[in-house]
Amino acid sequence: MQPFVYERVSDWAAATQAASTAGSAPASYLAGGTTLVDLMKLDVMRPERLIDINALQDSRYGRIAFGQSGLRLGALVRMADAADHPDVRHRYPVIAQALQLAASAQLRNMASLGGNVLQRTRCTYFRDVSYAACNKRNPGSGCAALDGINRTHAVLGGSDHCIATYAGDFAQALIALDATVDLASADGARTIPFAKLHRQPGNTPDQETTLRPGELIVSFTVPAASWLRRSLYLKVRDRQSYEFALASAAVALDLADGAVRNVRIALGGVATVPWRAVEAEAALRGKALDDQTAMAAADAAFAGAQGHGGNDFKIELGKRTLRRALQQAAALEI
Amino acid sequence: MASVSTAAAVPAFARASRADTAADAGTGSARALANFKLAVNGRDHQLAVDPRTSLLDLLREHLALTGTKKGCDHGQCGACTVLLDGRRVVSCLTLAVAAQGRAVTTIEGLANDGELHPMQQAFIDHDAFQCGYCTPGQIMSAIACVNEGHAESDADIREYMSGNLCRCAAYPNIVAAVRQAKPVMKTASRD
Repeated sequence: MQPFVYERVSDWAAATQAASTAGSAPASYLAGGTTLVDLMKLDVMRPERLIDINALQDSRYGRIAFGQSGLRLGALVRMADAADHPDVRHRYPVIAQALQLAASAQLRNMASLGGNVLQRTRCTYFRDVSYAACNKRNPGSGCAALDGINRTHAVLGGSDHCIATYAGDFAQALIALDATVDLASADGARTIPFAKLHRQPGNTPDQETTLRPGELIVSFTVPAASWLRRSLYLKVRDRQSYEFALASAAVALDLADGAVRNVRIALGGVATVPWRAVEAEAALRGKALDDQTAMAAADAAFAGAQGHGGNDFKIELGKRTLRRALQQAAALEI
Repeated sequence: MASVSTAAAVPAFARASRADTAADAGTGSARALANFKLAVNGRDHQLAVDPRTSLLDLLREHLALTGTKKGCDHGQCGACTVLLDGRRVVSCLTLAVAAQGRAVTTIEGLANDGELHPMQQAFIDHDAFQCGYCTPGQIMSAIACVNEGHAESDADIREYMSGNLCRCAAYPNIVAAVRQAKPVMKTASRD
């Protein structure tokens, strides 16, 4: 692990100030550390300074709050605390389930929500620095996964430069539910749609988010809506527990007399970024939800999918996952 | 022979201090050690370590508490599970310096005056291990699993213990041990 200077801050202003100090060495914020420390051990991430923001957990950014505008989740809330919160489970089931089905109990106790949405890909070529070709880690070096072992890689949102899968689950719930992200930096605060946080790889897979240098996620807001109660997260994986998704679906439905009044859909395990399936939503709106319309929606969601050999199966698996998620959501007793 | 016994008599903490110096020399820069306090199993320690030191390495190499095991060292196996302020975490992905001011509980801190914790006793009663390497992590995780209220059914126990791998596959006996310890722990906490 590369040496670093450790700094501990006790308020948000000090945090963003520390990160943006002109002329100082590259810094990373440290929250749960479950991605950062892991990748520092592998020499994939090499920050020269760590700014520990965990002391800020006692501020409002470590809290869960319900208001008229919806649910606000502080960025330093731990995954386990949001997953176990009775009101989150009852009123925002897709969020609680996405969190609860991720990682292990130990990691969920450690990992912050802000850090969770920024977790890095599990692409083995990215994580193993002995492979020279990784455009995400080393821009311009190529992509070993395109012609390599790509069983777990993305079929949606890839490019000729990168097909690494976005590994998270919680982000799928956020993007499906039209969440917004509150950001802070030394230059001030701003709020952006969660859907604008991640960037598809395109020609610059090393640039994963639209965060500005030193900018910090302080909270997420999930608006109240009629489709929240009938929502769920379905995750399909190689093991029953403690494994990343091969395919997953976050689904929220507003049904009236069996017809879809409104629907929100996001897909995980199959795309390079948190993936909102707007085509599938459009295919369902106003229709009765049955096997045929669910299948048509799944076909629409994967119409642009591209396999790379090892991951071809994910197109069919992703469709079936979405179909089952829609059918399970429709059958929920609420 | 004399030199051997001298080396053996050097406290673990002094040995660890030498390792720090060597690590710093290896980087070619004189970086400051992190100075902080940490409470481990109810005992306060004043520490001075390289900021890169994981909580796991601190426990094993600096405090000679080798009950906590290093498996994957990447947060994937759970062998290094300890309690931090009562919550289970993987100590391999916890920087020791970031745990400052908090209370750490390891497998060595469970027994009370020689009397085993109900979870330790349950693992023995149910033969819930073979090689034993994952066992300290399993026991720490299992105690937290019960305290969190996530041991209400066998399915729950399996799901919430999935962060602790056992390559000997003692899983059925581990589930049985957790099931046995749960009511005993509840009774003990009421006393």
